[in-house]
Amino acid sequence: MAEVKDPHDGVQIDLISGERLANQTSMEKIRMILDGVREGNIVILEEGLSPDEESRLIEVTMTEISPDEFNGIEIETYPRSEATDASFLDRLMGRESTKKLTVIGPANQIETLHKDETLIQTLVSRK
Amino acid sequence: MGILTELKSSISRAASTLFSAEDPKRIGIYGPPNAGKTTLANRIARDWTEHGDAVGPESEIPHETRRARRKENVEIERNGKTVDIDIVDTPGVTTKVDYTEFLEHDMEEDDAVRRSREATEGVAEAMHWLREDVDGVIYVLDSATDPFTQVNTMLIGIIESQDLPVLILANKIDLEESSVQRIRNAFPQHETVQVSALEGDNMDEVYDKIAEYFG
Ligand SMILES: Nc1nc2c(ncn2[C@@H]2O[C@H](COP(=O)(O)OP(=O)(O)O)[C@@H](O)[C@H]2O)c(=O)[nH]1
Ligand SMILES: [Mg+2]
Repeated sequence: MAEVKDPHDGVQIDLISGERLANQTSMEKIRMILDGVREGNIVILEEGLSPDEESRLIEVTMTEISPDEFNGIEIETYPRSEATDASFLDRLMGRESTKKLTVIGPANQIETLHKDETLIQTLVSRK
Repeated sequence: MGILTELKSSISRAASTLFSAEDPKRIGIYGPPNAGKTTLANRIARDWTEHGDAVGPESEIPHETRRARRKENVEIERNGKTVDIDIVDTPGVTTKVDYTEFLEHDMEEDDAVRRSREATEGVAEAMHWLREDVDGVIYVLDSATDPFTQVNTMLIGIIESQDLPVLILANKIDLEESSVQRIRNAFPQHETVQVSALEGDNMDEVYDKIAEYFG
């Protein structure tokens, strides 16, 4: 007989399209990410955040850390190695920094096993 | 002093501050926890300020520095010219803080919780300084550890997006496991200078580069 699925048995993964992110303000994006991660979800952004948004994400994460409740986040993106040869216009528009698949999860549940330019391997444990 | 001379001297004082090219540049010392940022800041302060006071305590326990600390008007002399900078020693940037890690350093739970709260405030503050209040960055890395971390990549990306001049220091070259080349490979777009902040090795080149980058 098939078991009834309990959401607490597994790990929820939110895959968020670039299109959906494009219509949000920086704070909306950060709120959505942290709300998901604080519930124990893994949030995957198709197109990542701008450097300024990453900086704010770190800042807001810090203000929300609290003992025995939330330890912060683990975040992985593909390295920005091609940033140096982005065209002048791309740099001007800040375009070099986006379109990077980004994985974000709760620091106490996610561990990066391996990472290189083309692969991110992550171990996710249940709460 | 006559009122006219007084006026004249105050005008020339105002003018000299207005037009002085020597307004100190505020240089933020950034990098992950335990890279040796405070050790470097203290060495710079000791080498170039009259009283040589330390900027802050150095420690092998992460997050010893939990407030950005500023040392003003550090005048570095290079080739007959003086470069005037304010150095800002910042808490090491991270995306997570777990107070139970401090318990391993023989700390009471209360102290560990307080330390982690201060650490998170400090990191938030350091991010804020980076967006608003620094004119240049010295990015310090422990050359005995893997530089290719998410926090380093992200921070360098944030610094680049602000168009701030950045000098990368490969610190702790006195350690056997040190590899400067590994840092050069991770950030080929920037110049990396090797140093031992603890032992004072190669500080001359560091001061040359500070003058070149931030002068
Ligand atoms: N071997 C070695 N140890 C260093 C060097 N610079 C700093 N340290 C040590 O690394 C630890 C962390 O230094 P600290 O300046 O507090 O790091 P911060 O967290 O980046 O401010 C301390 O135990 C320092 O003595 C260095 O050049 N060589
Ligand atoms: Mg420090």
